[in-house]
Amino acid sequence: MRNAFVVFVFVLALAGPAPLRAQRQNGPATTSARDRAPIDLTGYWVSYVTENWRYRMVTPAKGEYRRIPASPAALPLINAWDPAADERAGNQCRSYGAAAIMSVPGRLHITWQDADTLRVETDAGTQTRLFHFAPRAASSPPSWQGQSTATWEPAAGGGSLRVVTSHMRAGYLRKNGVPYSDRATVTEHFDVAPLADNGRLLLVTAIVEDPVYLTGPYVVSPHFKKEPDGSKWDPTPCSSTW
Amino acid sequence: MLIHLVARRALVAVLFVGLAASRASAQFDFAGSWAPIGTEDVQNDSVPVDYLGLALTDEARTRALSYDESQKSMIERQCEGWGAAYMVLGPFGLRVTSQTDPVTNRVVSFAIGAWEDWNEMVIWMDDRPRPSEHALHTQAGFTIGRWEGGALAARTTHVKAGFIRKTGVPLTDHATIDWRFFRHGDILTVLMVATDPVYLVEPAIVSKSFRMSRTPLDYRAGCVTGYEGREPGDSVPHYAPDQNPFADEFVKLYHLPKEAVLGYPETLYPEYRKKIKNSYVPPPPCTESCGAAGNFVLRR
Repeated sequence: MRNAFVVFVFVLALAGPAPLRAQRQNGPATTSARDRAPIDLTGYWVSYVTENWRYRMVTPAKGEYRRIPASPAALPLINAWDPAADERAGNQCRSYGAAAIMSVPGRLHITWQDADTLRVETDAGTQTRLFHFAPRAASSPPSWQGQSTATWEPAAGGGSLRVVTSHMRAGYLRKNGVPYSDRATVTEHFDVAPLADNGRLLLVTAIVEDPVYLTGPYVVSPHFKKEPDGSKWDPTPCSSTW
Repeated sequence: MLIHLVARRALVAVLFVGLAASRASAQFDFAGSWAPIGTEDVQNDSVPVDYLGLALTDEARTRALSYDESQKSMIERQCEGWGAAYMVLGPFGLRVTSQTDPVTNRVVSFAIGAWEDWNEMVIWMDDRPRPSEHALHTQAGFTIGRWEGGALAARTTHVKAGFIRKTGVPLTDHATIDWRFFRHGDILTVLMVATDPVYLVEPAIVSKSFRMSRTPLDYRAGCVTGYEGREPGDSVPHYAPDQNPFADEFVKLYHLPKEAVLGYPETLYPEYRKKIKNSYVPPPPCTESCGAAGNFVLRR
């Protein structure tokens, strides 16, 4: 009896708290992703462009790819960039794909589409990303926003959201045509931090890996300020030329 | 007797479960070497007037435009080094060590090792009080840290009046810098939020990522002064703010809006991109130093 009790306690201790156990084992969760959320990402967020300004707020010069580890295979595409041709071909959303969209200046509207799917809309380019916490097979054709699998990484007093995206259409890392291929993968970590006056900051660390057009990971970390409401939400269509 | 036995075992159970739960507190291993990844443009120091991405007060802009980089040639200023913010603005990696209490084995502090032109930063983790506001202000400042939500959160105060950019953008000794260190696998992302009631309208925010290095990094090097064309007692090199010869250089190189280069607050938000849509003319195609290794802008 005593031994059984000790074993029970030991197993309970190793297993950890129930929500975390469900996460660690990556199996069917007993509660929904929404219920397990260690941080609240919902609401409206606005880009605060204090980094990479020259590559984000204006279109850089054709042929410039500073700080991007572009492979030799990417160079002909970089130098052949033709925004008008993209527009004519209906590819004006190439710089709004999942590997780049978080760096495009604009606003995010984050909501729960259902208990296990986080929905991230952008007003720049009017894009929608869906972060699926429940496993699902990739069945639809590749898209600009690809297919995203999400996992909470809880910690005492908070935590982080990890999102892995693949199954994307080939796109651009920057407006001036620095490419990523349809074999690229994006791993993102969403973290929040406090700002003065009860403000909040969303930090997205994005790691883009592409065996075709990158020689190494391309890492950026755009950030967003929380907004009280959607009064400044201003959807605009994709544009190749601006 | 039975009640006491059950109570003791219940206590043991609670302790075990608590121990397991604490593993989820994710106090990650911060100590080690972290190499800069360098795929983001956070240095902004390649041309003398580059205040992109900052929200400056008029006073800050005026002081920045009066700055002449030759000040660092003065023998008495050569080894001044740069302030705490240079941890994420500079090109170097981080070498982090931890100091523990030999009795409790708890971490007393983390130290981020010095570079040639940046002083060691100590992050005190032992709940010590912050010193008086009249205490010594230094380049590194005084920093207290704590674990919060899986990240290391720290706040630096007591900084010496200095700069938030190497291009001479000033920061007062009233500035506060909040740090968040997030670790995701081998990637460490450092978030800096600097506030200054005098020179910044809104916080200066920079995030920079590092990758764990198996090779120990060590950037320590003694600063040795030398003659760089300035005699002791010479006047301090400077410009009249409205006559800075470099004020338009960045504007002309990349066709950038002048108000953005000079750090006007509105330029940090998406609305500004819409405002300049019809006036912006892209620069000519890049022909030199266009690639990844070109960390610095090309000055013609």
